[in-house]
Formats: sequence, structure tokens, C-alpha cells
Amino acid sequence: MSSSPSPERAADVAVRLRGVTKIYESGVAALGPIDLSIGRGEFVSLLGPSGCGKSTALRLIAGLASPSSGTLDIAAASSAPRPGHRIGFVFQEPTLMPWTSVRDNVGLPLKLAHVPAAEARTGIDAALAQVGLSDFADAFPRELSGGMKMRASLARALVTRPDILLMDEPFAALDEITRFRLNNDLLALWRSLSMTVLFVTHSVFESVYLSQRVLVMTARPGRLSAEIKIDADAPRDDAFRASAAYAGYCRRVSDALAPAYTGVHAL
Amino acid sequence: MTGPRERGAFVSGARLASLAVPAVVFVAALTAWEVVVRLNGIQPYVLPGPLLVLKTLVSDWDILAQSLLTTLITTLEGFIAAALGGIALALLFNQSRWLEWALFPYAVVLQVTPVIAIAPLLLIYLPQQTAVVTCAWIVGFFPVLSNTALGLNSVDRNLAGLFQLYGASRWQTLRYLKLPAALPYILGGLRIAGGLSLIGAVVAEIAAGSAGAGSGLAYRIAESGYRLNIPRMFAALVLLSVAGIVIYGLLALVSHLVLRRWHESALGKDS
Repeated sequence: MSSSPSPERAADVAVRLRGVTKIYESGVAALGPIDLSIGRGEFVSLLGPSGCGKSTALRLIAGLASPSSGTLDIAAASSAPRPGHRIGFVFQEPTLMPWTSVRDNVGLPLKLAHVPAAEARTGIDAALAQVGLSDFADAFPRELSGGMKMRASLARALVTRPDILLMDEPFAALDEITRFRLNNDLLALWRSLSMTVLFVTHSVFESVYLSQRVLVMTARPGRLSAEIKIDADAPRDDAFRASAAYAGYCRRVSDALAPAYTGVHAL
Repeated sequence: MTGPRERGAFVSGARLASLAVPAVVFVAALTAWEVVVRLNGIQPYVLPGPLLVLKTLVSDWDILAQSLLTTLITTLEGFIAAALGGIALALLFNQSRWLEWALFPYAVVLQVTPVIAIAPLLLIYLPQQTAVVTCAWIVGFFPVLSNTALGLNSVDRNLAGLFQLYGASRWQTLRYLKLPAALPYILGGLRIAGGLSLIGAVVAEIAAGSAGAGSGLAYRIAESGYRLNIPRMFAALVLLSVAGIVIYGLLALVSHLVLRRWHESALGKDS
């Protein structure tokens, strides 16, 4: 796992945005123009202040909203039966259906794609095992802790074995120990599943710890203001968190982020 | 801080009081009523005492039970029609804005026009029993309609986004997302509709009573009134109240059983 540079060749690109903007019907410019490309298998963080449009960028890439201008390319894997299923999305909230079990929640994408029950069962069991929730398949969401709900949400995103995983501040509401654990588990999954991950966060530390590349955004309407490569190789663990290199990266990312907060009053 | 033991005793004490207080007040009120009637020598055709009402309930049971059954069947038919009609209409409105714009005003008109004023017309145009059930339906369907519509529109935004992301069809979104999300609202609407269907049935029976047919409880009340058989009026009234309470209780129970595993309204405080 060597960290990949910014992708140059088209074949290596998983997601590419060119001059993408999003202007809401109310006339509020939420995003851009923004240019970015994410390489296949890369782990990239999108870091910015609240309301800078980073969630909007994610929703555009997921196809949940359409850009007001610019072009957006998602490379679909050749084996993809339906392009939508090649993207997994994890929301800031666990976004589980409260009326049904963890198993049914995780299996939802398969059910919607009419995957036969036996095959779906295998897939669900695998996804639950990946996030360590095998023993809670029949629990209802309200019976789970915040961290476990997030794990269930992650399992649901993984169940279609996506090429691209989009995560919208997924661990922001969790306590620190739980967040560290989920960070480590996410990194392990990323390595073993060779996915492309685009991770939206407002935490400098989380972005440095997780990613190969941190993209820093300005205040609304968000544009990219800096790109910082995190060249530290694995293992990313507690030792890395305590290292001087880590501190150095955090410093650089913080400095790059600081201008986004100047001139923004009432924050 | 109270220890667990004192606290437990306090809780069960409070619980006991919550049952005992209404019971004591109920008995006291009945006793006062009986005493007032006896002390003043009020005639039964003016105001019967509770004991006489109870006695009438027993002695006239055959007639009253027959009437109760009739009213309950009407209520049930009206309720089922209201439930099916209300839910179906809400689903239609949810799928098509045009239909909603076209038809919703009439739903409101039916709801705000007092059913007692519509009943005589219905009795002219429809067969007796159909007219009575229609009245029960008119009164009951609106809360089901508006609650179901509210529930269908109260789906979590992100969950809706998730269904969109995975390419869910309209039917899948309805079946797996909107209907389950709306279930607590639908059950709330049904709970209101149950009581209202009884009211609708009674109103229609009273209107129909003057047309000289039917033997529902409401008709018994009207008939007893004409005959100055006031104790039987009260007995019929008691049966109507009990029927309403039982209907409400049953629907609340169903709602609790259906929602107990996941919805806030059906969860205990400490779970």
C-alpha cells in the first residue's frame, strides 16, 4: 500500500469533478466551482468548516443531487450490474430503519436490487462480520449503542461491495475512544477491500490519521484551498498518533484550514 | 436520595393511588347521585338513580343487547370502510399531487359539514343500512386520511436518499420505507376513527329513527325518550359509553402490540 499521487491517467480515476458548482433554488451558492479527482483505491478526506458545502459535494457524487454546472465523472467498475450500487454512502446519522432488525437494515440494498434471499444472507453475514456486529444481527437499532449503530450503517454501505465509499462525517457524534476504534476498523477494511474512500470531516486529526490526501475547503461557497499529502505509510496506529510526523501534518493541515475561519464571524 | 426499596414502595404506592383515586371518586359520585334522587324523591321518569339504571340494564338486557349488537356492527362496518378508504386515499394522494389537489377539498368539506345535517339526505338517497354505515364512514375516514398523509410525508430525509441511491422503485419505496414510517401515524388515526365511527353510527341511527326503522342503541334511546322510559335511556347510554371505551382500548392495545419493538410511543421509560 504505497500512497498514490494525484491520479493522472484516466483509467486510474474513480471520481472526477470539473468546475462543479451547486446553487440552491433559493439562490444560495453552496459549492464551488470545484475541481478534484480521486484515484482508484485512494483514501481522501475532504476537510472544511461547517456549511462549506462538503456534504453537498458528497451528495452530488452519490447522485442524490445534481450539479448546477460543471461535469462529474464516476468510473463504474466493469462488473457493475447497476452503477448506483457501486457507491456506498454513510450518513452523519446512522440512518437506520427503526422498525426492523439490524439484519434487515444491512440487507436493504440487496433487497432493493432483488438479490435472491440465500445470496443476500451470505452477503449480509459477511458485511456484519466485517464490522464486528455478527452477534447483533437480530437486534433492533434502538438496542444498539451509538458506535454500533454506526457500524450497522457501515455494514449496509459495504454489503453491495462498493468500489467507492462516501462517508459524510460518520463518526462526528461518537465519543473519542469509539471514534478511534472505528477509524482503525475503517482503515483495515479499506486495505482489505481495496475501495476508494472519500471521507468528509471537520476534524483535522481524523483527516490526517485516516487519509492519504487531505483536501481543504474554503468557507461557503466551498472551493479547494489546499491539498496536503500524508505520506506516512502503514501502520497507522496509536504510535502514529503520538508521532512527531503526525503532529507535523496536523499543524500543516490546521494552517491550511485557518483562513477558512477568518472573516467568518459568528462562528 | 431514596434507596431502591423506598423508591420501589413509592412507585407502587403512586400506581395504587392512580387506580384508587378515580375508583373512589366514581363510587362517591354514584352514591351522591343515588342519595340526591332518594332524599328529594325524584321520580324515575325525571331522573333515575344509578341502582335503577343498573336494574333496568339487567331486566331489559335482551332488547338492549340486540340493539348494542346492531350498533356495533354498523360501527365496525363504518370503521373498516373509514380505515380502508382513508389509507387508500392517502396513498393515492401521496402518489399523485394532481389527485390530491383535485380531491382533497371534498374530503375537507365532508369533514367540516356536521354529519347530523348530511344524514337525512343520505337516508333519502341510500338504503337504510348503507346510509347509516356511510355516516359512520364519513365521520371516521378523515383522521385516517390526514394522519396517513402526514405519516407518508414524515419519512427521514436521509433514508429517502438512501432508497434513491439504491435505485428503489416507487413501489419499493412505498412498501419498505413510507408505509412502515407512517405506521405509528396510521395507528393514531385509527384510534381516533374508532370512536368517531361509533359517533357516526349513533348520529345516523338517530336520524334514521324518525324514519321508523332500525333497532340500534341510538334508536332505543330516542324511542325510550318518547315513551318517558328514562331508566332505559340511561342504560342504553351506559352501554354506548362502555362500547366506546372498549373500542378505544382495543385499538390502543393493537397499536401498542404493533409498535412495541421500535416506536417511542410504545416503549417503556427505562428501555
